[in-house]
Amino acid sequence: MATEELQKVFDDKIAEEIRIEPKDWMPDDYRKTLIRQISQHAHSEIVGMLPEANWITRAPSLRRKATLLAKVQDEAGHGLYLYSAAETMGITREEMVDQLLSGKAKYSSIFNYPTLTWADIGAIGWLVDGAAIMNQVPLCRASYGPYARAMVRICKEESFHQRQGFEILLTLCKGSKEQKEMAQDALNRWWWPSLMMFGPNDDTSPHTAQSMKWKIKRFSNDELRQKFVDVCNEQADILGITIPDDKLVWNEKRQHYDFGEINWNEFFNVIKGNGPCNKERLAARVSAHENGEWVREAALAYARKKAPKSPSGEFESFRN
Amino acid sequence: MNNEEPLWEVFIRSKQGLDHKHVGSLHAADAQTAIENARDVYTRRMEGVSIWVVESKNIHSSNPDEAASLYDPANDKIYRHPTFYNLPDELKHM
Ligand SMILES: [Fe+2]
Ligand SMILES: [Fe+2]
Repeated sequence: MATEELQKVFDDKIAEEIRIEPKDWMPDDYRKTLIRQISQHAHSEIVGMLPEANWITRAPSLRRKATLLAKVQDEAGHGLYLYSAAETMGITREEMVDQLLSGKAKYSSIFNYPTLTWADIGAIGWLVDGAAIMNQVPLCRASYGPYARAMVRICKEESFHQRQGFEILLTLCKGSKEQKEMAQDALNRWWWPSLMMFGPNDDTSPHTAQSMKWKIKRFSNDELRQKFVDVCNEQADILGITIPDDKLVWNEKRQHYDFGEINWNEFFNVIKGNGPCNKERLAARVSAHENGEWVREAALAYARKKAPKSPSGEFESFRN
Repeated sequence: MNNEEPLWEVFIRSKQGLDHKHVGSLHAADAQTAIENARDVYTRRMEGVSIWVVESKNIHSSNPDEAASLYDPANDKIYRHPTFYNLPDELKHM
């Protein structure tokens, strides 16, 4: 088929909400955009384990430790679902890992902030996972099949993440004066970076229009951010702590909350690598990769040694 | 020597009586490790009672560009469906 014809078949599928699957023809830019988006998303899940892992050994109870561990383990899973979705588009796992470790690839800038107190673990679950859910739910309908399916799986798992975070904050807010102050302090530090998670404003977000045409994105950055602000305000009331924004006020006419201006200088500065923890995060990933080298080598050596014998005899055939 | 762990497709039977269904893929050095990784990656919430892994290179698939001609033989045979037959409404249990 000629390219115009293939393009037409592709456009018709998008228009009719028919998912694009790995072997289908797709425009180069669609492929590039998705590889970038899915791999960045995967990197974010993986790097996102680090700030929370910081508190696993210091969780205040066995219950908190077990749930935090399960949550961080889920994030590893999310990274793997997404890497495998990206691989269906023709990029290899090694290339993606390379891009992350060399600093070439981006990941969500929120993970370049430090987790200073236990309350930060609550704030991350509530706000960071909350913002992620806002972003991810519409992605379950993304036009690329493997990405959409990975997102369905991820979204099912996310809701416990947010609830465990909120429960941590709720407990602190019902506790001593110091505990409540700790919760407020965490909200103060995590609020604005969480709003930045939705990306630049629509008028400065170059890829949004095309992504929406391709039905990768269903809502713009500002639409999703607005939804997030609207739900968080009531949730903060339940906790009894205050969102650090004096411009936050209900707008009867818009039926939405108005809110203050985001510090975009900070946002772009963190993306450029100058956030409080960029170097630490990358160093942790590089060291994990390098220290895992011998394990990967040993596993491959063992597999090669065993391979020639009987490739199918070792395992029960599926028919048994 | 290629140092990349091979890619495996993972299929999971969610409960007895149902087919194994494709859930995604992962990298592992061998089949045993692939099954163990699949357990950790795809069944953290009891999503399965049985796991199959197949090395991705062993899966062959039809070409979507040829879908039209590949499925053509079935295209004009609507008489394979029960609704094709004109029968009176009074006819019951059929
Ligand atoms: Fe996640
Ligand atoms: Fe999460």
